Amino acid sequence: MSYFWTKEFPVILNELSLINFKNYSEASIEVCSKVNCFVGNNGQGKTNVLDAIYYLAFCKSYFNPIDSQNIKHDDEFFVVQGGFDREGKSEKIFCGLKRGQKKQFKRNKKEYAKLSEHIGLIPLVMVSPSDSELILGGSETRRKFIDGVIAQFNPVYLDNLLNYQKSLTQRNALLKSFSENRYFDEDSLMIWDHKLAQYGEPVFKERNAFLEEFIPIFQEYYGLIAPENETVGLQYVTKLHEGTFLDLLLENRQKDRAIRYSSTGIHKDDLVFELGNHPMKRFGSQGQQKSYLLALKLAQFEYVKRKKTTKPMILLDDVFDKLDENRVEALIKLVSDPEFGQIFITDTSQERIEPILKKIGKEYRLYNVNEGAVELI
Amino acid sequence: MELPSKYLQEAVEAIASLPGIGRKSALRLTLHLLRRDNLEVNQFANAITSMKENVKFCDTCGNISDGPKCNICTQSKRDQSVICVVEDLRDVLAIESTQLFQGLYHVLGGIISPMDGIGPSDLNISSLFGRVESGKVSEIILALNATMEGDTTSFYLYKKLESFECKVTSIARGVSIGDELQYTDEITLGRSIQHRTPFEQTLSR
Repeated sequence: MSYFWTKEFPVILNELSLINFKNYSEASIEVCSKVNCFVGNNGQGKTNVLDAIYYLAFCKSYFNPIDSQNIKHDDEFFVVQGGFDREGKSEKIFCGLKRGQKKQFKRNKKEYAKLSEHIGLIPLVMVSPSDSELILGGSETRRKFIDGVIAQFNPVYLDNLLNYQKSLTQRNALLKSFSENRYFDEDSLMIWDHKLAQYGEPVFKERNAFLEEFIPIFQEYYGLIAPENETVGLQYVTKLHEGTFLDLLLENRQKDRAIRYSSTGIHKDDLVFELGNHPMKRFGSQGQQKSYLLALKLAQFEYVKRKKTTKPMILLDDVFDKLDENRVEALIKLVSDPEFGQIFITDTSQERIEPILKKIGKEYRLYNVNEGAVELI
Repeated sequence: MELPSKYLQEAVEAIASLPGIGRKSALRLTLHLLRRDNLEVNQFANAITSMKENVKFCDTCGNISDGPKCNICTQSKRDQSVICVVEDLRDVLAIESTQLFQGLYHVLGGIISPMDGIGPSDLNISSLFGRVESGKVSEIILALNATMEGDTTSFYLYKKLESFECKVTSIARGVSIGDELQYTDEITLGRSIQHRTPFEQTLSR
């Protein structure tokens, strides 16, 4: 239960060292406790620095789920190490992967038995251009987003969700076998309806309760990043607003039998992102969409912080991507507030980011990234 | 792997068809059998064929038996009014070894799982209703695995048994005896809190 140990103190990264990680052969970076900014041209390895930090927190890459593809081409292994300060004590986190072997994750030279024991030790939020999937992608990505947030502090939720998935597979298999074997047994279907309701209803209630608390936080953050009078909304779309789960399943029984799978339930839930009562997906500009995503991510961690009382580290990848300078300034100002922990930023232009950092007046360091080498400016 | 004898090949393939045994283990076991006396190997083979020929399933409870009735159903001193529903023989043995259950069993031979193509009609369920209909049964104890499929099967039986005048109970679930709370998973512990029992009841055991 990680959150008992991470109260109130922010976790600070002091040094990061990489060996054969993505485009880095060898690099060792000392960072400051507030704002760290990596500048350089495309393809030099700025984002890979952030990804290495993300790796130390979540035991996986933010961008590439296949571990072995994070090893530098033609090399046999990679090592990522981080020296952190946590509650006044130093923590050395080591991650090593050899091709064809299990990855090793060590905390102060002691290997973890399960990676899940590590996740949560280093609270962190990553904001990256690839997040736009959340707005543009299918409903599954949005369900994953809220499920991920809720599951971080509610293990029962995760259990219900997994059991729901299992029951759903069983129910769909049954519907299929009805149609293949041309028979129907109401009692057999009914027991799976009950399972879906048993696991699905609590998931629905948790999602609802979560969003009730989350939406005001989210709107507040959007207001902070986009100072204009833009109003944003977040709608939880689910058939369960209309009736109980069992009634819904009964209503759709004929349809489900015809199409041979379950057409209603929390597995069809969606979130609709709105900008002034219109769907963000269609009517938001790219900058507005990006601001929306930023607010969503920041609100996510504000929420987790409230639940776990810990300050997350923030990684802003390609911060100027689709945002104007006013919004970037508002954003950096916001996240350099003592409310937040350490910050890591990447951008292509030193001339563009440095005046903003100076204006905010917090401690900052700039690094130049060039072909897998990082130098302090 | 090409073997020098087709007889050996056949034997290896037969043994490798058993669950949990791969080709290398199968070869090792086959070579071991080859080294043994003819008599021993004959006995070994006979044991398997006669097992398959002679083992029957109890008419009443569906348990494995040598005669038409199993040796639990034929014990007159057992409480005929309580039936414990289990998945298979292994569960019967486990409950028997507690020596705390004096009633009879009903062995389903599996659990409901549409994914694996197992529906209620594939299980030994209808004869359970026959036993309950006879009116001699006062309690059915559902003792199926604490998995989702086990729960679903229990729920199915419960729904089907509702119309009968007989009590339907389920075995208790919670923290294992000798376990520490801090190592118990949240789901089990949560269930234990919700389904707590009066303390007096814990004294008698």
